[in-house]
Amino acid sequence: MEQVMSSIHLSAIAPELILVVCSLLILLIQSFAPIRLRGYYGYVSLIGVIGAVAVVLTQPQSFELRAIAYSFNDMWVVDNYCRFFKLIFLLGTGLTILISIKYLDNEAMQHGEYYALIIFATLGMMIMASGIELITIFLGVELMSISLYVLAGYTRTRMVSNEAALKYFLLGSFATCFLLYGITLIYGSTGTTRIPAIAKFIAGAGFGRPTIVMGMALLVIGFGFKTASVPFHMWAPDVYEGAPAPVTAFMSAGPKAAAFAAFVRIFMEALPSLQTNWTMLIWVMAALTMSVGNVIALVQTNIKRMLAYSSIAHAGYVLVAFLSAGEQGITSILYYMLAYTFMNIGAFAVITVLAGKGEQRVQIDDFKGLGYRHPVAALAMSLFLFSLAGIPPTGGFMGKFYIFSAAVKEGFVGLAIIGVINSVVSVYYYLRVTVFMYMQTPDAATEREEPAVAFSPALVIAIFISVYGVLSLGLFPAPYVAMVKQSFLTLL
Amino acid sequence: MITYLPLAGILVICMIDSKRLQLIRWVAFGTAVVTFLVSLPLYFMFDNGTWEMQFVEDVPWVSQFAIHYHMGIDGISLLLVLLTTFLTALAILSTWTAVTERVKGYMVSLLFLETGMIGVFCALDFVLFYVFWEVMLIPMYFIIGIWGGPRRIYAAVKFFIYTMSGSVLMLVAILVLYFMHFKATGTYTFDILDYYNLGLPGNIQMWLFLAFFVAFAIKVPMFPFHTWLPDAHVEAPTAGSVILAGVLLKMGIYGFLRFCLPIFPQATINFVPIVLALSVVGIIYGAMVSIAQDDIKKLVAYSSVSHLGYCMLGMFALNTDGLKGSMIQMINHGLSTGALFLIVGMLYERRHTRLISEYGGIMKVMPAFAALFLLVALSSMGVPGLNGFVGELLILIGAFKSSLGYGLVATIGLILGAVYLLWMYKRVMYGQITKAENQGLKDMTGREYAYLLPIVLFIVWIGVYPKPFLKTMDASVDHLLEMVNPQTTAHLDGAKPSWLNNVFARVDLQQVAKGQGR
Repeated sequence: MEQVMSSIHLSAIAPELILVVCSLLILLIQSFAPIRLRGYYGYVSLIGVIGAVAVVLTQPQSFELRAIAYSFNDMWVVDNYCRFFKLIFLLGTGLTILISIKYLDNEAMQHGEYYALIIFATLGMMIMASGIELITIFLGVELMSISLYVLAGYTRTRMVSNEAALKYFLLGSFATCFLLYGITLIYGSTGTTRIPAIAKFIAGAGFGRPTIVMGMALLVIGFGFKTASVPFHMWAPDVYEGAPAPVTAFMSAGPKAAAFAAFVRIFMEALPSLQTNWTMLIWVMAALTMSVGNVIALVQTNIKRMLAYSSIAHAGYVLVAFLSAGEQGITSILYYMLAYTFMNIGAFAVITVLAGKGEQRVQIDDFKGLGYRHPVAALAMSLFLFSLAGIPPTGGFMGKFYIFSAAVKEGFVGLAIIGVINSVVSVYYYLRVTVFMYMQTPDAATEREEPAVAFSPALVIAIFISVYGVLSLGLFPAPYVAMVKQSFLTLL
Repeated sequence: MITYLPLAGILVICMIDSKRLQLIRWVAFGTAVVTFLVSLPLYFMFDNGTWEMQFVEDVPWVSQFAIHYHMGIDGISLLLVLLTTFLTALAILSTWTAVTERVKGYMVSLLFLETGMIGVFCALDFVLFYVFWEVMLIPMYFIIGIWGGPRRIYAAVKFFIYTMSGSVLMLVAILVLYFMHFKATGTYTFDILDYYNLGLPGNIQMWLFLAFFVAFAIKVPMFPFHTWLPDAHVEAPTAGSVILAGVLLKMGIYGFLRFCLPIFPQATINFVPIVLALSVVGIIYGAMVSIAQDDIKKLVAYSSVSHLGYCMLGMFALNTDGLKGSMIQMINHGLSTGALFLIVGMLYERRHTRLISEYGGIMKVMPAFAALFLLVALSSMGVPGLNGFVGELLILIGAFKSSLGYGLVATIGLILGAVYLLWMYKRVMYGQITKAENQGLKDMTGREYAYLLPIVLFIVWIGVYPKPFLKTMDASVDHLLEMVNPQTTAHLDGAKPSWLNNVFARVDLQQVAKGQGR
């Protein structure tokens, strides 16, 4: 596996380069081009994203099975695994941009930085997925996180948004320290930060160094924070609630997937021999994450906050898959993250449509009668919610099915039972939204101040893509499963 | 196959402007009728001589997991599919004037539901079955929640969550089975038929049986899992109740027949006493609660609990008569209770109340209605010559063969059944007209005849000449019993006509057989 190539392969980082150029271009246009081009930043960034997708799809070295191309002195890897994750990130980014264009118009905040930051964050995620060395991964984490801190506070005139950004920044940098400290400990005991070398060292030296185990535990904390797993989830509800709706959509999908991408790579490739140590830890975390997320979501009245807790719960399901390790477990993570990206961003797209200027309407009550005012949007929303609840024939069901089958296969039947019971709990709060949409008539007051709900072609396209994704993942999963299986082969 | 015809109807309806109510109704009804007509030939082309699946379709769906799109029907599911298509068409016809708001969504939900129901009865792949099983919940949830009565939201959410909590455990059990099958044979498969010969160890069978048992028992619903049923039935609109009673409840029974009995024969035999006891409790309890109701619809709803107790009793008697009785009783219950709900719906449309005390002397103003109502009520309580008798007789024969005590108690249930139905009928139909509003009630309209008479036709037909219905299930039932309990079937088959003479002898034998099973 280890072929040392000291040369620099620009083709290996071509998608990332495209994104860099694209975001710099946006910043330049903003500074030098006439003001009437203001509306076009979004489309420029979209073109960049599409270009990156095209390059990821055609990166030649990874088409053969098990072909792994290292470059930049073994700091960078392009394999099917990271390509799949990059596609998820770019998908999330693309959908977010489609949602954002109209939103920013509404808020009169159509600035280039927004798109530049989103693309920088995406860049960070892609570095996390491609890094095969702890410091590179850490750089990716930082680039992503810092962009997100700024984005969370983007609507700077709104109090909650500022609060979200500050909270996110303080807690986030604290958690990053844990991550870095973990990396340090591992480096100190193995003498390397390169993942294959660490694996080799641990396998060779045998088990027994407490510093490695400590390093592992600290990494769990760091990634636990990034994936919003209990008990490191406290930031999520406030940040999700305060951040602008499209940013929340973005945060809940891509960065979570990126954190899992790096998490899985480090633990499966570098520390597989410590599996006995982490099994119990992750077991408890998964059970807690699912239960706490779902139970607290039951009582939320703000839909963004509710989805924040639901997203915590979903991290718990993914942890179940993580725990199951092995082929089935890892591939189910890939599948689930893809489905989750579609359904969650889709749901936030509908919320963005409804929220209106200044996000006045983000209470679940505000969904009253939506089914009759905007039947199509409500139908799409119901589909996303049913998918999040894991009811067939949607991608969410297939994803859960995949995850729980992995868990049962590896003998975690108890955890699988906790998981399915949790999905029954979750049905209640997802259904509550449909109850409001279809079964309650709005009060006369809300009816009268009929909001200027703003659809735009870009938004409709985003919702449509999400609907298509959710349905095709649920009805015709075979090609996607083939894809994730292939992506897995390069790992391990 | 016919499963997807309703979906085509949905597409057409979606394209119609939602203002044109009449057109939407006709298209929906047309779709349902066409589906029924297309499903009819299944009966005539059906080969009664074999227990094997027929009209099979089998293509890989998700090949990586060995999930197949595997559909087919046998003697157990054939009549249920026909019942589904038949009742859906009538249910749609019954909503003409009952539902006037959001007609489009209503019709779409009903047709979508039909697809789900047929899918459940035809699916021969675990995952496919599960998908249809859950998909069905969504339209039913909306039907209850949007077009239901005052407490509809509570009822809809309760229905959804209750059913779902049962079925997720089933999902885990399915997955466990899947990997156990792999361990035993080295191949991955979700094909239900492949599991019939698996032969699992006893204690694992017990746990898996329990998981499936809870899922299906909730759906049936067996005592004590029945609490969602009265809520859902009472709040649902008429067509919803008809389909709920007529078809959805049958899925629990069907699940037992398709999964629990053949896959976990050992556990089935171990659980016989518990299931029989619960069934008998359900029969008596359902009947007693029915007597106490002052709301007609609630009365009919609780009578379902009682009737489905019979189905369970017959099935877990584990002999040919009991099983056949149980299956024919499923059809009967679908027809009679469906008809009862339609009748309650007619009364409700006229008076907008379901309280028994609001009626009285209705026979004077609605004589034709009274006659049909009486016929349906008699069929529901199992009067000879009508369909209920055939089913209940077979079930009781089966029950007596299996255990004298349960048989006796179940017979008491029959009497109670007569009590609540006749008493309700008396209070509603006979006597003087006590309320002025009831003076001017119109008798049945042509449309109402159109949806009630076909059911009555079948009620009488099954009652007088049940053979065409029974013969389709012979081969399947025999095969099923062979799988569950080889010893008893071999002995019981020959001696069917003179059952009374050897009841006691056979009871002993059964006990012996059970002892060996343990």
